[in-house]
Order: sequence, then C-alpha cells, then structure tokens
Amino acid sequence: MSKLCSLKEAIQNNVHDGDLLYAAGFTHLIPFAAAHEIIRQGIKDLTVARATPDLIYDMLTAAGCVKKIIFSYMGNPGVGSLRIMRKAIEEKQVEWEEYSHYGMISRLQAGATGLPFIPMNPTAAPSLEKANPNIKRLVDPYTQKEVIVVPPLLPDVAIVHVQRADIHGNAQIWGIVGEQKEAAFASKRVIVTAEEIVDETVIRSDPNRTVIPSFVVSAVCHVPFAAHPSYTQGYYDRDNPFYLGWDEVSKTDESIKAWLDEWVYGVADRETYWQKLGDETHERLHVKDNFSAPINYGDY
Amino acid sequence: MEYSNSELLTVNAARLLRDEDVVFVGVGLPNLACNLAMHTHAPNLVMIYEAGVIGARPSRLPLSIGDPTLVSGATAVCSMYDIFSFYLQRGNVDVGFLGGAQIDRFGNINATVIGDYENPKTRLPGSGGSMEIAGWANRCYIITPHQKRRFPEKVDFITSAGFLNGQGERQTSGARGGGPQAVVTHLCIMTPDETGELTLTALHPGVTVEEVQQNTGWLLKLAPKITVTEQPTSEELRILREELDPDGIYLK
Repeated sequence: MSKLCSLKEAIQNNVHDGDLLYAAGFTHLIPFAAAHEIIRQGIKDLTVARATPDLIYDMLTAAGCVKKIIFSYMGNPGVGSLRIMRKAIEEKQVEWEEYSHYGMISRLQAGATGLPFIPMNPTAAPSLEKANPNIKRLVDPYTQKEVIVVPPLLPDVAIVHVQRADIHGNAQIWGIVGEQKEAAFASKRVIVTAEEIVDETVIRSDPNRTVIPSFVVSAVCHVPFAAHPSYTQGYYDRDNPFYLGWDEVSKTDESIKAWLDEWVYGVADRETYWQKLGDETHERLHVKDNFSAPINYGDY
Repeated sequence: MEYSNSELLTVNAARLLRDEDVVFVGVGLPNLACNLAMHTHAPNLVMIYEAGVIGARPSRLPLSIGDPTLVSGATAVCSMYDIFSFYLQRGNVDVGFLGGAQIDRFGNINATVIGDYENPKTRLPGSGGSMEIAGWANRCYIITPHQKRRFPEKVDFITSAGFLNGQGERQTSGARGGGPQAVVTHLCIMTPDETGELTLTALHPGVTVEEVQQNTGWLLKLAPKITVTEQPTSEELRILREELDPDGIYLK
C-alpha cells in the first residue's frame, strides 16, 4: 500500500494540537521542513521531546506551538545558547522536563521495545535526580546494588528524515543514526520525509541499511533538502553559517518574527524555501561523492 | 614562541592523553587536543563522539558534535543508545573531556543552572552526555579558562560528578569511573588529592601561586612541590596553527 502523500497532508493527518511530538535526528537529518509545516498549520500546545532541541524546537517555540519541552541538552550546537527556549524557560512561558542524554535515550529505547524501563548504572551526579521526580532508583534483585530508571517515552507522533524510502515507508539511513529507529518504534504515528523515493527493489538490494520498516510508518513524503540547516550525509553539508546566524536572529522578538515571516509563513513548501536560499548557498552546501566499497549479498 | 591561552590549554590537554587511549571527544578544544596528540605522541588514539561515531578521522575541523566529516572515514557508526551503553556504560572509554560554567573544590561541574533550578537566574544547556562521561569514563580531564566566577567553593547544581563532598563519597556512589584526574586551566594544572580535593600541582610558565589563588573561589590547597609545565613547543604550535585550526576558529 502506498503511503506517499504531500508533507502538508501528512502533518494535517498526523500532528494535532496537544500531541507529544518527537522530531528525531542527532545533529544529522533533523526534519526542519516538517517543523516549518507544523508552524504554517498553526498547531498548538505541543509537548516536544528531543535530546537536543536544536534550532528546530527554538523555531517551534518562537512560533507559539510549544507548551512543554522534554530535553537533555539545550544548546545551539557548536555556537552557544538556544536563546528562545532558554528565555521561555527562564520566564516560565513553557514547562520543561530534563534528563541526561542517556536518560533521554533510555526513555525512548524503553518505549520502542515495549518495556516499562531500561535500567542504567548510577553516575554519582545527584542534582538532576533531585530536580526530576521521574528519575528513580530500584534495587537490582541479583546484586542488591541500585540502578537508575526513567519511564518509557511514548510520543503520539515521530517525524524522521531519511536518505531514501520506498512508497510503503521502508526507510534507509546512513551516517549518524542517532535515535530515529527508537523514535519510530516508540511512537503511535510516524511521518517519514525522504531525500529520494526509490523503488522497493532498491531497498531490497541492501536490506541491512533499512532502519524503519513500512508497517510502523503512517505517511511518506518526498521532501528533498528537508534537513536544512542540518544536513543529510552524502547529499548536502550542514549549514554552519546558518547556525551562527541564528544566534543573531534569535536575539529579539522583531528579528525572530521577521525571519519566520520570510522563511516559514512566506514560503509555501520546502521546494520554494530551497530555491529561495539561492545558488550560492546550494554551491556552498554541495558535497563531493565518496562511495563505500560495494558488498556482496550473494545470489541465493 | 608566543602562544594564546587556548593554545596553552589545548597543548596541555593533549599531553595528558596516552597512545591507544579510547577518548570520548567533544568539539572545540578537546577535539583539537586529541588531534594534536594523534599527530605527536599518541598516533593510535581512538576518537569516539557521542553522536555515535567510533574511530573518527576528521579531514576538516568539525564544527558540531555530529559533523558529517566525523562519519566519512570512521571505523564504525552506531546509535545513540549503543554509544552510551555498549561503549561508555560498559567501560570501554578511557578518557572523557569535560567543561562547564562552574567547577568546585571537589571537581564537581555545573552545566545546568545558575541560581535555583525551578526559578533559574541563568539557564545553561544542561547535561547532554556529560553526566555519564563524568560517571563512567576511566579518567576525566576538565579543560577550562581560570576565572573566580568559574571556580566557586560549591557549585549551584552538580550536573556531573567529581568527588562530591570528598572523603570517598564518589567511590561509594556506585559510579564506575575514576572521576576527574586533572583540571587544566590557562594558569595551572590542579589534581585531586586522596580525599578528592583539587590541589595546585603545576603552574604554567610565568604564572604565580598568588595569581591562581586570586582567581579561585576558595583557599586552594597547594602540593608540597609545585612544578612548572613545559612551554608549548614550536612543533605543537605549528601543528595546531597550520594543520588543525588554520582559520583560528577555536584558537584565537
């Protein structure tokens, strides 16, 4: 069954006011195009979870889509502070719930595997455990030593960007694989955006690379360059000047509004956005090919 | 040869690494320190990044923890869950580098909040992976500029554990790693004594004990014999300036 649809339809059908959203991707493959569509559709009161909120949740917060944030590192990677989220927390405009990276990813892993929790060894750091009542201790029945547990994370909807998928939703990723698989299996609904929609035979030619199987996927969208200003390994580079520039953009309400007006509300879709970035940016983010050595699955 | 504070930090951090160490690397100065060590005394260093990259050989300066240059040419890539469990929690990481807004007398680090947690005066990025790195790497090194506001006697929030309140408190906590083995600043190197208290053990060339004390928020314990670190060599500086950070992004 084909699940191919436009990104607009996918968001309309799968992301609702008040949902718990997980937009996956650790630095790599961050689904910015989907977030911009969520902003355009004016979806409200989202609880947004990600290890690194990154610019994607700074943008959603700026646009008034966010009620609560669940995170483990709230910075602009390689630049500094995430100004909009930071201000929202300091001024208590949003609720927040905080973990370490491993705590966050253990919540997702438990959600994805149908477990009540996955125990972690103690780290000796006491403060976050005191600040967040969801972080608890249990006694290991075998050694009587204490382990740390956190509850499963079960998003209403996950959004995952991938290099290639077929129309059924079988999705392949290479490069940094972060937490896309975990996010997809933990969530009730999954939207896949892909740089390329390929024939099922392409997927079947390299099954080890499939990270998400079709039957957990709700919608598949063909959205080239959906990860900008993050990147897609082998397709385009990370736009580091954009990340630096965001530090300036996010300084005042006026400059944030102007940016959203120009680059989100003012464009219909990712295709228009990408063309608007212009040739110079396209050239700057272009990457040269570097193919892996082929492997032999054998003809059985 | 003249050198900057960040060059001094990077060179001294690199010298703490041993050949064949498996290092959990961050971007910025720790990344430069690891690459410098690989170019000098530790050619078999293994660099691991929390984004899930093992054995990275970046051909350009990585500008984020998940830079695509880390992946191309690496020995392995794995999920975030795998990197924290199979690699870090299991005990396969020798060295972790840490930094933070505040570091206290027992090497505890605050990267979360200045002021009260629920009513933050200044909200900082938070743990990321640093809680687990500080807990589970065999050895940790803290790399930081040396200013009084960064070195309070007690931190507002312990994001990652040093030796807690000293007196073996860390050892009874169940954390597997050895904790911070050295704090490298642009003035000096401090190492923990048997109780875990940071102790001034080495000064960088031209720095006095008084200068260190003036920039530290408690009465700093002095080692019986304080040594002076060797100046960055012209070869170390050449590698940093010409090969690793030619645009001076981190080494200004």
